[in-house]
Amino acid sequence: MKSKSTLVTYLTRLDPSFKRLLFITFLIFSIMASLRPSSFLTSRNMISMAFQFPEMGILALAISIAFISGGMDLSLVGISNLSGILGGYLMLGLINDQTGPIGIFCAISVSILASLCVGVLCGVLNGQLISRLNISPILATLGTMQLFTGIALILTKGSALIGFPQEFSFFGQGSVWLIPVPLIIFLVTAFGLHHILSKTYLGHSCYYIGTNQKAAKFAGIPIAKTLLKTYMTSGLLAALAGIIMMSRVNSAKADFGSSYTMQSILVAVLGGVSPLGGKGKVAGVIIAVLALQFLSSGFGMLRMSQYAKEFVWGFLLVLLVALNILWDGRKAR
Amino acid sequence: MRKKVRSHEFYLLLIFIVFSLFVGLLNPAFYSFGNLFKILKSSVEMGLLAICFMLVLILGGIDMSFPAIAVASMYMTVSFLNTLGVDFPLFVPFLLAGGIGAVFGAINGILIGILELPTLIITLGTMSLIHGGLVVFVGKSWISNLPAALVEFSKANIIQWTSSAGDVQGLHASVLILVGIAIMVGLILKYTWFGRSMFAIGGNLEVAKRHGIPVARIRFLVFVAVGALGGIAGLLHGTLVRMANPFDIIGTELNVIAAVVLGGVSLSGGSGTIQGTMLGVLLINIVNNSLILIGMPSYWQKFFIGAIVIVSTLFTANRGKLVRVNKTRKGFMVI
Repeated sequence: MKSKSTLVTYLTRLDPSFKRLLFITFLIFSIMASLRPSSFLTSRNMISMAFQFPEMGILALAISIAFISGGMDLSLVGISNLSGILGGYLMLGLINDQTGPIGIFCAISVSILASLCVGVLCGVLNGQLISRLNISPILATLGTMQLFTGIALILTKGSALIGFPQEFSFFGQGSVWLIPVPLIIFLVTAFGLHHILSKTYLGHSCYYIGTNQKAAKFAGIPIAKTLLKTYMTSGLLAALAGIIMMSRVNSAKADFGSSYTMQSILVAVLGGVSPLGGKGKVAGVIIAVLALQFLSSGFGMLRMSQYAKEFVWGFLLVLLVALNILWDGRKAR
Repeated sequence: MRKKVRSHEFYLLLIFIVFSLFVGLLNPAFYSFGNLFKILKSSVEMGLLAICFMLVLILGGIDMSFPAIAVASMYMTVSFLNTLGVDFPLFVPFLLAGGIGAVFGAINGILIGILELPTLIITLGTMSLIHGGLVVFVGKSWISNLPAALVEFSKANIIQWTSSAGDVQGLHASVLILVGIAIMVGLILKYTWFGRSMFAIGGNLEVAKRHGIPVARIRFLVFVAVGALGGIAGLLHGTLVRMANPFDIIGTELNVIAAVVLGGVSLSGGSGTIQGTMLGVLLINIVNNSLILIGMPSYWQKFFIGAIVIVSTLFTANRGKLVRVNKTRKGFMVI
């Protein structure tokens, strides 16, 4: 009995916009489940969805950090692709026909590490442009997005990178005790990020800088260092998402996922992260990415085109934002 | 503040000249009139879209839905006129596209201007709404036979000649449309109360409101105008490529945004010039054109554009502080 009342108390005390998001997600789930119960409510579908949403979820988390700090990162998909491609080249270079299982394991580990490092380096570039040279984040990441994608295009000449070892697909397609690996990676990432954002100095500084940078500066918060770390983290997460994407489709391409940028912004904003900075929680982003996934899978089952999904998604976004702001008395601009 | 803006355009012009000289050295074909006119022609669509984006940016918001409005207006106009089957004079499709665009713009106007919802998010939403709606409810096939008037217009060169290689070159009429609209917008921004109020609203919303400026009405009207302009831009695109493709134009937003921001329009609103924007558009188009002339493979293009955006912003005065402090001074800038 006691646990039930605390759950109820917890639910009632939640932020109203979060409650609305939960409600809408639940609604979407119910609608999809009732329209196609035989295909939607199956464990096969649940598992399939659990394989698909983590990459978007990680990207959404990455862009959320940038949003919270008061900036934006449009280059994330470029970072995903570039880091994936560079790691992929390394992996292909290290493995030949005679490599044994230990060799393959080492090659994969090294190339994953390399990809993550590339992601961090890209993040460093973004961070320096934004914090040291004071270039506006939209502009800086627009430029770096073109830059990263451009480098990736030059390296691959536009074609896809294929031929990865079978073992590599573990990250995007494998499971541990029936739990999909991407989901595990996502949960660990989300938990880690939640910890950083809510319990560490770095995380709190992020929120402060996003709310009012000048005040944060006068409060003694090291702006340049914090922003640098923020964009480095975004880059790292983007590279992680890139690895999962690459492992799921077993290839790496320079312009893969071009619509992911917009989608991740939608997910982040729907999840309660304000693009103006200072607001947003990991929990919101998780629910929002689930909502997107339910919609996406449900529409697939209803044989609706991706454009119908786009339409509904846009409609939902406008509706939710309008409701949030109108009902909360225009507090949240 | 004034000096800051002027020096930005100055640097932009400098980069423009330097780059043109550089490209001309590598390939003298760059300097031909035919090539220059080709650059101008390819700048028309981006130029009009850039004006759309610039107007909302001056107002203090970021509009991501203008490509969707452009392509939707274009596609709906073409399919509607084709269904009617009658041959219309040229101004009819333009009027129709502008009208449809204006209606879409009005949606944005109500949500953002009157209900005061945040621009970036809402326009992301309306972009998905309009584009998704277009494909789902109107159609997704490519229409390759356009109304006769449009086809004729696509060949309408003001000055034209046939080059030694045998292809027709010349200054296209649509460039005049761009120039005309750019001049008109520039005059409105600089000399009318409406234009100056736009800068005021973008500069400091509270102060503008207390000055008695009818913020909601101006915002609404600007979004309607931007929608109409977007519709015309979309129709021009369709005319120039001689095809109505509902998947066009979407995806070029980042290039347009790059051009506008390159041109010195502040991302937080309240400042910007039409000359800067046009220079930015020209610069991006020159880069694209010259890379082709030099013979650089197309996949180097993105890299170059990214590098140019970064380098130009390093040198120009567009790097402001991230904090929006003291925006009152930008309120009534005389450009």
